[in-house]
Amino acid sequence: MSVAGLIRMGDNTLVLGQRLSEWCGHAPALEEDIALANMALDLIGQTQLWLGLAASREEAGRDADALAYHRDAWDFRNLLLVEQPNRDFGVTMMRQFLFDCWHFEVLQALAAHPDAEVSAIAQKSVKEVTYHRERSSDTVIALGDGTEESRGRMQGALDRLWPYVGEMFSTDDDDLTDMTALRPAFDAYAETVFAQATLTRPDSDFAHMGGKTGARHSEHLGHMLATMQVLPRSYPDATW
Amino acid sequence: MYAQMIKSEATQDDPEKLAAFQARIDAGDKIEPKDWMPAGYRKTLIRQIGQHAHSEIVGQLPEGNWITRAPTLERKAILLAKVQDEAGHGLYLYCAAETLGVSRDKLTEMLLDGRMKYSSIFSYPTLTWADMGAVGWLVDGAAIMNQVPLQRTSYGPYARSMVRICKEESFHQRQGFDIMMKMANGTEAQKRMAQDALNRFWYPSLMMFGPSDAESVHSEQSMRWRIKMNGNDELRQKFVDQTVPQAEYLGLTIPDETLAWNEEKGGYDFAQPDWSEFFDVLKGNGPCSVERIEARQKAWDDGAWVREARLAHAAKKQAAKVAAE
Repeated sequence: MSVAGLIRMGDNTLVLGQRLSEWCGHAPALEEDIALANMALDLIGQTQLWLGLAASREEAGRDADALAYHRDAWDFRNLLLVEQPNRDFGVTMMRQFLFDCWHFEVLQALAAHPDAEVSAIAQKSVKEVTYHRERSSDTVIALGDGTEESRGRMQGALDRLWPYVGEMFSTDDDDLTDMTALRPAFDAYAETVFAQATLTRPDSDFAHMGGKTGARHSEHLGHMLATMQVLPRSYPDATW
Repeated sequence: MYAQMIKSEATQDDPEKLAAFQARIDAGDKIEPKDWMPAGYRKTLIRQIGQHAHSEIVGQLPEGNWITRAPTLERKAILLAKVQDEAGHGLYLYCAAETLGVSRDKLTEMLLDGRMKYSSIFSYPTLTWADMGAVGWLVDGAAIMNQVPLQRTSYGPYARSMVRICKEESFHQRQGFDIMMKMANGTEAQKRMAQDALNRFWYPSLMMFGPSDAESVHSEQSMRWRIKMNGNDELRQKFVDQTVPQAEYLGLTIPDETLAWNEEKGGYDFAQPDWSEFFDVLKGNGPCSVERIEARQKAWDDGAWVREARLAHAAKKQAAKVAAE
């Protein structure tokens, strides 16, 4: 069992949960505000499970909070996609949709993982993520097939984020499952949503890499961590 | 109290209908949306429920300010859940107001253009993590003081929404106190944050109950209608009496040198807040008043395309459904 693979799962949910929580109080409608907070909450809960398991498996005397708050950007193993800034609501929801489609397939695969603890976390999480995917799909469809302005914004969001899709399906021995194998199901599902949303999948399959290996994160991650980690780093003796 | 300085409206309805309406209220009946009600009752309630809803929504901002900096994963999850509850409270309250014939969009417009207010407390900044404790402990504590009796208010939808809200608020208050305990028993820096938070939030919390009853000319009508259940001074006294022992337990000092137990009245004597500051805040001169409305305005403006797109998509779906039938 690869601790690095567990950390990848936990870092994805942590970084995306953190990004979504930035919306709190600022969403386009109350219902959206509540839904975004709800997804953030689910993702932070999943983070506690993944990073908690990683910490117990690595046996280095750390816990989930130590992993979340006392690592620097170069030790984070999240996908580049999830550290991308929220920008407008369209970018936020397109990022969510692309992530949810991948996340759903991964969790379904991990639900049958031979390691009982991995499988238990995946089974619990996939219930939440099924709902996330349903909601982000509906949102992408409604905003894609809404007004001329909203369609333009959603196509722009898709074009902007598509280069971050490839990394989700790159794989190595640290991953808990073969990510490459999940791509056909992702493509098939995403295609049906894009069709209903009247959006066009970009032609280029160019992919930015470097998040899940930690080789080269974007500039955004450091700022996010500076905010997120400020209290435990500034007051290392304190308990909260 | 999330609804402050609500002026009750004079009413010029048919005296017979008014008497029958008052008799229902006196008998403890709930007034429901389709029942006849005096125009003044409706207008006062819209203002009160609307202001309460706005306070929940604006109240997301000072706490939301710390979600991204919550110091542990558990604290982050709890704070997210709490702020999400506040948004949920806003939603029930806007729905309750809608039963009186005013739309959520209309109420939002009135908040943004200054015709409607939100509670003065949310115009104050949250400067350290201890403020998350103080807001839960003091601000939610003061809110509960007012809202528990409102579960018995005469307007059915408002009373029912208050039942749900109170359950969640008492949980919020406990989590606030839990943060304060950690801080007050923590390192020197944490203790300093805790005391500083109490210093800054004490008087603004006392202001949440509104000015003294003697100066609050509109209370009487609202009390007759059972829209307001208790006097401002009575609730403020109850809040002080409840909070002082809690502060002592935390080892924190209430920033009031005149604070003293009064055996005769069975409660504490305490200093009044600076009411000129309160009226300044209500006029939009609170430390964060401009930022709060600016943030709500920005969310509203930036979200316009999303709301329009959702409506346009729903209309397309509806048209397709009709065409298919």
